Amino acid sequence: MKYRLTALSLTLVAAGLASQAAQAQEKVKIGFITDMSSLYSDVEGKGGATAIQMAIDDFGGKALGQPIELLTADHQNKADIAASKAREWIDTQGVTMIFGGTNSGTALATAKVAEEKKRVYFNNGAGTSALTNEACTPYTVHYAYDTVALAKGTGAAVVDRGGKTWFFLTADYAFGQALQDDTTKIVVEKGGKVLGSVKHPLNASDFSSFLLQAQNSKAQILGLANAGGDTINSIKAAREFGINKTMKTAGLLVFLSDIHSLGLKNTEGLLHTTSWYWDLNDETRKFGSRFFEKTKRMPTDVQAADYSATMTYLKAVAAAKTTDSDKVMAQLKSMKIDDFYGKGQIRADGSFIHDMYLVEAKSPAESKKPWDYLKVVAKLPGDQVFTTKAETKCSLWK
Amino acid sequence: MNISLPALLSQLLLGLVNGSFYAILSLGLAVIFGLLNVINFAHGALFMMGAILAWMAMNYFGISYWVMLAAAPVLVGLFGILIERLLLRWIYKLDHLYGLLLTLGLTLLIEGAFRSVYGVSGLAYDAPELLDGATNLGFMILPNYRAWVVLASLVVCFATWFMIEKTRLGAYLRAGTENPRLVEAFGVNVPLMITLTYGFGVALAAFAGVLAAPVIQISPLMGQNLIIVVFAVVVIGGMGSILGSILTGLGLGVIEGFTKVFYPEASSTVVFVIMVIVLLIRPAGLFGKDK
Repeated sequence: MKYRLTALSLTLVAAGLASQAAQAQEKVKIGFITDMSSLYSDVEGKGGATAIQMAIDDFGGKALGQPIELLTADHQNKADIAASKAREWIDTQGVTMIFGGTNSGTALATAKVAEEKKRVYFNNGAGTSALTNEACTPYTVHYAYDTVALAKGTGAAVVDRGGKTWFFLTADYAFGQALQDDTTKIVVEKGGKVLGSVKHPLNASDFSSFLLQAQNSKAQILGLANAGGDTINSIKAAREFGINKTMKTAGLLVFLSDIHSLGLKNTEGLLHTTSWYWDLNDETRKFGSRFFEKTKRMPTDVQAADYSATMTYLKAVAAAKTTDSDKVMAQLKSMKIDDFYGKGQIRADGSFIHDMYLVEAKSPAESKKPWDYLKVVAKLPGDQVFTTKAETKCSLWK
Repeated sequence: MNISLPALLSQLLLGLVNGSFYAILSLGLAVIFGLLNVINFAHGALFMMGAILAWMAMNYFGISYWVMLAAAPVLVGLFGILIERLLLRWIYKLDHLYGLLLTLGLTLLIEGAFRSVYGVSGLAYDAPELLDGATNLGFMILPNYRAWVVLASLVVCFATWFMIEKTRLGAYLRAGTENPRLVEAFGVNVPLMITLTYGFGVALAAFAGVLAAPVIQISPLMGQNLIIVVFAVVVIGGMGSILGSILTGLGLGVIEGFTKVFYPEASSTVVFVIMVIVLLIRPAGLFGKDK
């Protein structure tokens, strides 16, 4: 019995050593977790994984002399699933970077796990500005956009065009709250007024009741602080009930996939803010058509950001010659990023500061080719559109 | 919080619209459960199939809404008959749980197949021209199409109720529920009746799907969002009760509508709170009979 115990413990120790040895070889492993099947899966989903794989392939498929591995999982929009998957990947699979996607609730939970385990955490699809503000961590990189940028982009533009009174239709979780709060701040700053708001459950199917409440408020602007399927159903019902005759709709977070699904007839003139659009210049068109060949859809800004963020991470690992999180983060925050997606730098608080675009949906007559949906109204400089030093609550950037 | 009477009236009407969908869907479930003893989890997926069939017909062949309102239920009903013949009939003697698992598996297969083709953002489907536009009722603007939804579903629900409770065929059905062997001894082809009943229940789901197509964005997940609520409706109304499921469906739609005004955050849970209360007080449901 005694011998057997000794033998067992020896085996365990050996196994432990072996796993340490495996880590010392520094294999780059990316764990990508996002909504793969529910209301946000057209925004990023499998297309996001495709974009990441494209970046890995373009990088040569290898980093630090070893093949790069990509793991993917569906968090089903549940924060507990996202957090426990991240924990499992870090503890048992030796994932070197967690790549989190859409849904702010899952993002905040995963960022916390990554901080505790000291692992690099990239996020693209989640909107909440808290990721790089009050909940910022030394390991978080928020790459594509956040609710502050959306608010300063769309919110300011709408008030400037005379939309002084607002009513919010808000998704009842971290992201919707953040988007409503950040937009309210801008509206009030600009001399506008918020007349009311209603919180709807995530993934609601019927918006008519909420829309009638909005209409009764007599506000000029219907601010949609929701995303994906919820935005689509809100816009659809707003047209059906004739809300669009008395109120103007401001989509605070609209993705290309939403416009595609609703059609230009339903979205014509819809003003919104995006971090990227496939038809900006030759470089973006080139990525767009490469992505289209693989997926039969043009990429959303989040999917383009997935490619760019992966490339940025791999370059940082190559430059730092290690997967050590602290060294990679130092490299990430000191390097310049310049590709088809954006030009700029990752700031001390973890925000990738790059220009955003105020865009408007074209009319059906203006659209000349498939996926020709948007026209750029204004370019919003990154240093103004994201959180400023005066506004930040992040202790890393004080 | 002050809410005006017109606002309440309009919410009542909207609640009725949603309640109409609950009523048709729970009616189909009740009919199937009553005769087959199967908890048909695939109901939501078949509802979605009805809607997508309408979209496909319009988009690929230019077939109108009105044609599909009749054709989609027939097609999906035939699909249902296939399911019953090939799969369900093997598990009647087993526990309820097996039927539930089998139909849940079917749901995942059907939804997954459509999701891989169409994605989740959904497909746009316009209301037919005849019902386009809206009517000003004074206290609210009601889209004509929504009024049609209430009307159509009430007619279908009433017709179903009449057929099952008041006709000879319905009497066979009800007798078959009570004692299939005895009914068979009288020369009624019970297995055929069961097959057709499943087809009919499923056709109701597809009918609701086509009705819903212009109202909610058609997407492979549209049934999933609705079906859980509909199951709660069936439980509250009483498993297998025809009238119960119709009245409960409409009533809960209205209660849910009011919740959206008074405390919108609870609108997705209010039905389940009621379900818990009903189960505690009347475990067989409001209209159910203790067996």
